[in-house]
Amino acid sequence: MSARATTEPLPRPARVRFTQLVGVGLLGVAGRPGRAALSALGIAIGVAAVVAILGIGAAGQAELSARLDALGTNLLRVSAGQTFSGETSRLPREVVDMVARVPGVHRAGGTGSVRDTTVHRTDLTDPRATGSIEVLAARTNLPDVVGAGVRTGAWLNDATGQYPSVVLGSAAAEHLAVDVPGTQVWLGGRWFTVIGVLHPVELAPELDRSALIGWVVAESLLGFDGHPTTVYERSADDVVEQVAALLPGTVNPERPNEVKVSRPSDALAAKLAAQSTFATAYLGLGVVALVVGGIGVANTMVVSVVERRAEIGLRRALGAGKRQIRTQFLTEAVLLSGLGGVVGVLLGLGTAAAWAVNSGWPVTVPTTAVAAGVGASVLIGSVAGWFPAARAARLSPTEALAAA
Amino acid sequence: MTAPVIELDRVSRTYPGRVHALRRVSLRVDPGELVAVVGPSGSGKSTMLQLMGTLDHPTEGVVRLLGHDVAQLDDRRLAAVRARRIGFVFQQFLLTAHLTATQNVATGLLYHGASGSEQLRRAIEALERVGLGHRLGHRPAQLSGGEKQRVAIARALVARPAVVLADEPTGALDSASGAGVLDLLRELNDEGTTIVVITHDLGVAGRFPRRVELLDGEVRHDTALVRP
Ligand SMILES: Nc1ncnc2c1ncn2[C@@H]1O[C@H](COP(=O)(O)OP(=O)(O)O)[C@@H](O)[C@H]1O
Ligand SMILES: [Mg+2]
Repeated sequence: MSARATTEPLPRPARVRFTQLVGVGLLGVAGRPGRAALSALGIAIGVAAVVAILGIGAAGQAELSARLDALGTNLLRVSAGQTFSGETSRLPREVVDMVARVPGVHRAGGTGSVRDTTVHRTDLTDPRATGSIEVLAARTNLPDVVGAGVRTGAWLNDATGQYPSVVLGSAAAEHLAVDVPGTQVWLGGRWFTVIGVLHPVELAPELDRSALIGWVVAESLLGFDGHPTTVYERSADDVVEQVAALLPGTVNPERPNEVKVSRPSDALAAKLAAQSTFATAYLGLGVVALVVGGIGVANTMVVSVVERRAEIGLRRALGAGKRQIRTQFLTEAVLLSGLGGVVGVLLGLGTAAAWAVNSGWPVTVPTTAVAAGVGASVLIGSVAGWFPAARAARLSPTEALAAA
Repeated sequence: MTAPVIELDRVSRTYPGRVHALRRVSLRVDPGELVAVVGPSGSGKSTMLQLMGTLDHPTEGVVRLLGHDVAQLDDRRLAAVRARRIGFVFQQFLLTAHLTATQNVATGLLYHGASGSEQLRRAIEALERVGLGHRLGHRPAQLSGGEKQRVAIARALVARPAVVLADEPTGALDSASGAGVLDLLRELNDEGTTIVVITHDLGVAGRFPRRVELLDGEVRHDTALVRP
């Protein structure tokens, strides 16, 4: 046929810029704001939960590790422990100095329990009535070693330690209803003057419920035997374990296994570890919320493909290939989900920040959580959008237009 | 001698359930023609238009577009042919509600590979050509039925196709707006656009240069064939 000679070539497929297809998807989402908001909501809640949990966990951990840093992890507490027969064994009188001489130890301090001695607000109460406040003889360097701070008044010194002066732990002061120095308390059958009150001592909470008096006055007035019952020491951070190993033999060479050595910061460190597992458990819930959100997006997209068959038919008539239809719907799913993700990240960060501020913690931005939140929402969007987008692409133009 | 824009060569289309929508239809549309397709409902008009527009494939026979056998082209190639060589107009306009008239018309160039600014420039040109230069920023809800169909026609024209296929473009319009739309199509044809229009209105069809009448999937009458 002569017609063949003049046949013009047909056009080749044009490359539609990806940004333009994304623009179409964007308009598709923006054009139905109510539906977009509803379907993005699930993802937003899931991401917000994940980001908030991680953010709160991170802030809590930052707070704990800052506290650990401030308190130090190099404090060891040595106590006499029990003998085989169940009695409290005794530490030598010079035990504090012995500990101070252990290689690596920077400083050591101690307390000695003054037995059968009680503290009361007045002399009218039965001296045997309560024993909740322990009377301790204290070395003058004790606050320096355990990191105790004085809330009001002053700590004992060599001079005040010779007189009936007492420094109260925070709980003891509260129990006795004492908050101003100069108050008299009935201690071991005589009047002692309160010269100071301590802040709570985080690494030596046993001091909070004690009344601390000078070593000299304890021996001269209250019959204290002069044997320390607890020794505290600080060493360089890197030798704490070696020091801990040396201590029992040093303080009780005959029965080293009776000696109890503990590291008070371990409790905080354990809390730090526990908090991260706690967060991980809740994270599972966030992930479930995300999956549910993903199902929401998939559902919206399936409905969208059914409802928008005429639009799909029109686009095929205007020259969209299967691939371009798929890209459009996939883009919409990713945008919907990503939108939920961004809203969720903001909500989650806000929640975590509010929580941190409320708890007096440092506000931290969990960058990994933010990246994970946005990343997960985009991933969920593409997974959720895959099937509906493929269905939209598979629809034949005439089937699609039949819905018009 | 130039190739016909569209050539149907003994084309049949059978749907599942032995529905013979088209039976061995042969038809050729040459460049510059204005063809009215008439026939009762269910006679196969839409089926024929979809085959002409490569939206569907015949069960038997050959469809040639600008001399090329459509059956030889894959989906991507057919999409490109629809993007550049064929313009569609539908009875229900099929405008996107949240887009302006200009944006709706620009969609006609989206799969063309044109840049965004070129799409908009040519969309405005096309809207001016159909007499809607004053409605560029309006959304479909703000337009009358006749105006909506003009926007749809502008969208079909914007890529300067070799042929415009309109399936009952006046079917959803009152008679005055319908007449206006048909006048527009005639004007466009006068300016050189090849157009095939399905219409119910026999009176209107009578004034078209060529009429093809379908009945039960067969061409019962084609005014082009009775001419010498
Ligand atoms: N997708 C389809 N599946 C089955 N039958 C169809 C389909 N599309 C059209 N038909 C049938 O084919 C015949 C021709 O339909 P159509 O081309 O739409 O006619 P017209 O446009 O002239 O009204 C009708 O009997 C119709 O019911
Ligand atoms: Mg029809």
